[in-house]
Amino acid sequence: MHQILILSGKGGTGKTTVASTFIALSHAKAYADCDVDAPNLHLVMGSFETERKSDYFGLPKAEIDGTLCTGCNRCFEVCRFDAVIPGPTYQIDPIACEGCTYCLHVCRADAIHTRPVKVGDLKLYERKEERFSTATLTMGSGTTGKLVSEVKKQLKENIPETEVAILDGSPGIGCPVIASLSGVDLALMVSEPSVSAFSDLKRVITSARQLQVPVAVVVNKYDINPTICGEIEVFCFKEGIPFLGKIPYDKQVVTSLNRGENLACLNTPASQAIKRIYEKTLQVWKEQVRL
Amino acid sequence: MLNWTPSMQDSIMPTDRTIAVLSGKGGTGKTLVSVNLAAVADQATYIDCDVEEPNGHLFLKPSSVSEQVITVGKPEVDQKLCDGCRICSKACAFNALAVIGKQLLIFEEICHSCGLCMSLCPQHALKEVQKPLGVVRKGRSGSVSFLSAEMRIGESSAVPLIKALMREKQTGLTILDSPPGSGCLVTETISHADFCLLVAEPTKFGSHNLAMVHELVMLMDKPCAVLLNKTQDGENPSEAYAKTHNVRILGSLPYDKELAHLTSEALVASRENEHYRSYFSSLLQEVKDASDSYPQR
Repeated sequence: MHQILILSGKGGTGKTTVASTFIALSHAKAYADCDVDAPNLHLVMGSFETERKSDYFGLPKAEIDGTLCTGCNRCFEVCRFDAVIPGPTYQIDPIACEGCTYCLHVCRADAIHTRPVKVGDLKLYERKEERFSTATLTMGSGTTGKLVSEVKKQLKENIPETEVAILDGSPGIGCPVIASLSGVDLALMVSEPSVSAFSDLKRVITSARQLQVPVAVVVNKYDINPTICGEIEVFCFKEGIPFLGKIPYDKQVVTSLNRGENLACLNTPASQAIKRIYEKTLQVWKEQVRL
Repeated sequence: MLNWTPSMQDSIMPTDRTIAVLSGKGGTGKTLVSVNLAAVADQATYIDCDVEEPNGHLFLKPSSVSEQVITVGKPEVDQKLCDGCRICSKACAFNALAVIGKQLLIFEEICHSCGLCMSLCPQHALKEVQKPLGVVRKGRSGSVSFLSAEMRIGESSAVPLIKALMREKQTGLTILDSPPGSGCLVTETISHADFCLLVAEPTKFGSHNLAMVHELVMLMDKPCAVLLNKTQDGENPSEAYAKTHNVRILGSLPYDKELAHLTSEALVASRENEHYRSYFSSLLQEVKDASDSYPQR
């Protein structure tokens, strides 16, 4: 599976807007939403013929049997995640527990066992030859990186090996982003002309490069601050990063997205800019794959 | 010298309150709201919990900054003592240890630093070594005590950085600028809050992620209210969500080009313009009243 991933560092710069337009323009048969703790791609992809939903279980978490617990405090002493709540009967805070099982190993009363915990819902949508993989994290379960890997695995298992998948990423540079970057041919960074977004962009580019993933940059809402947009362009030039274009601020985007419309179907300044960027992205991607 | 003791005459927020500013979706204005709420208070601590992509320092430009490296313990093996018995690798829930032949390999990036392997090793071949995870920075910006942390690029779990930030938390008003999403860092941030302010933008995306983070806040049993940001003419799905789910709406901040520009330049709007100063002062009062109506934790 070939993969083009949309990232940004900072949140809210337009990853999903760009990804959904790319998917429509390319008539993509494979795409995924890797932003499992704030997924939105499904909101603009229309309706599907079938939806396959499965529970995804993460690491089992600890549970204390109050009838067996002697209150010896050994579990509390070893837990590094502040997950053991002492009291007349000791309890495990399921949100804080990471499933390391250290407490089980030290309990002399055999009062602690683990139970499987649902981490999220994996979903696979189908429409003719299209396959859309996404997930929703169960609130409070935390571990997002593994669920992202599952989303990608599910997509890969359900499409031909030669397919080009478009992946919508998550903000930040932590475990979900690292999981989403695995095996990617090109990470397209959607930035914004702000001091914050520029700072975040540099960090996410470094993250991608550490994992040997080639990057390219676009700037969304560039006319909010053309000066900073220029600085980002200069930065990309100096770093040898392909700068693939600028998208103007366009009120129509919010209106259309709220209606669940895809920008690819519109003829507005923003949608035209994304169409041009799409062509350039394909060119850069082809060069990367050939290498 | 830095003075970390908040004034007892703090008129705007006399009590000990920790307010987490959240959103679910990124880019809705968490940092904008957080830095301005902190800046208009007589005395406040601002803590940037978005340790993967911190931006608060760009706005508040703290001075007298001191820096502390935060480490996390990882097992290291003494190959001379290890006999390849596999007790550690079988016990590790995260598969962070593997024995290939007789050689023990440790995969630090997936290790959760729980300490179990070291406690089990019969040969005492594993010892804990502190590895840098990131830095915590303390400083001051006018009346604001500033705290932020920055995760080392390439690390995956920054929860210990947020815990380190919280160890520095003082009494008085504290504003926690949360990371986006609803994963482990957000959960950790919320766990330290008395009250959550959910900043939502008027899009379907915004309302969908607002719903997720609202569910998380409810699950963690924290009181909350919504601030509608970037409002404009037309429908507002986030407002609709708040109304149908009986989440109190504390106010709205209309989209305006000047605010967008000031924010893009990383300027604190309430320090630049009287209009914004008075807006955020009223908002802070609203937040105070809303959080005061709940018992303190």
